[in-house]
Amino acid sequence: MNLIDFVEEKEKKENLENFQVGDNVKVHVVIKEGEKERIQVFRGDVISKKGSNIGATFTVRKISFGIGVERIFPLHSKMIRKIEVMRKGKVKRAKLYYLRNLRGKAARLKEAR
Amino acid sequence: MVEGLIGKKIGMTQIFDENGNAIPVTVIKAGPCTVIQKKSKDNDGYFALQLGFIEDKGVKKIKKPYVGHFKRANIPPVKILREFKFDETSDVKEGDQFFVDIFKPGEKVNVVGTSKGKGFAGVVKRWGFHGGKASHGSMFHRRPGSVGASAYPSRVVKGKKLPGHMGNERAMVKKLIVVQADKENNLLVVKGAVPGANGGYLLIKKVDFNVKFLDRTSKE
Repeated sequence: MNLIDFVEEKEKKENLENFQVGDNVKVHVVIKEGEKERIQVFRGDVISKKGSNIGATFTVRKISFGIGVERIFPLHSKMIRKIEVMRKGKVKRAKLYYLRNLRGKAARLKEAR
Repeated sequence: MVEGLIGKKIGMTQIFDENGNAIPVTVIKAGPCTVIQKKSKDNDGYFALQLGFIEDKGVKKIKKPYVGHFKRANIPPVKILREFKFDETSDVKEGDQFFVDIFKPGEKVNVVGTSKGKGFAGVVKRWGFHGGKASHGSMFHRRPGSVGASAYPSRVVKGKKLPGHMGNERAMVKKLIVVQADKENNLLVVKGAVPGANGGYLLIKKVDFNVKFLDRTSKE
């Protein structure tokens, strides 16, 4: 075992939710406001998964009041309490960056059956 | 106690702090180190502990002058020997071992290593000169420019920043914060980067280390 793994293994999450690019997900993120903590939900399509081990990230895109919003989350971040898969998507690409150029009906993803 | 330990750079990774921020860290295999020799003012003219870095891979062949040195301390030979300051009031003997638990999380350390060699580098890379224009008819790109002037001083001043060999020299990064000290695996995790390539040898020294001496005046 590589020595660096001893450090990384402690930081990694054990039970990662199984989600793929194209899925519609709800990400439960902890927001800290001074002393208080609350949970905010960010719902959108996963358009990219990147990296490996502790450095892995995923990007979620949603349309908020007509404006496209993307957030990049570290996969092993402690601030993510839960990732819920709402809908499985059927896609032919690993990265769905083409969605950025599409609006409305054209920017929908097919559901996987 | 001793001022620091000898270590080996393993590599960099990231971990998350309690606020969820990803912080860049370097993993160092620090220690265990054995005291090979205790240097004293009477014998050597100064006080120091000579530590040897114990590695999984032992040393096959040692140089002849060192055979007796290791035999006297009665420990298996090691590759790396370095000297450190120590607290004379504490009870340290030859053959004692120091582990990574001399460092505590949150403590500040200085890390000494050998920087990566850059070869023969020009003034832009080596000294941060700005260089000239890339285009618009410019014929002055990455040159050092005038070095000595004509009538006065009509020579190159000593210490003038010129091209030459860069890197592969002793470098120290100061005040790095210790994030973890894992005695079980002999791993030290510090925030930020340390000099040199992975696998390079390092000296890890405490920032707040006061050398205490025994009171010798009272005996006389």
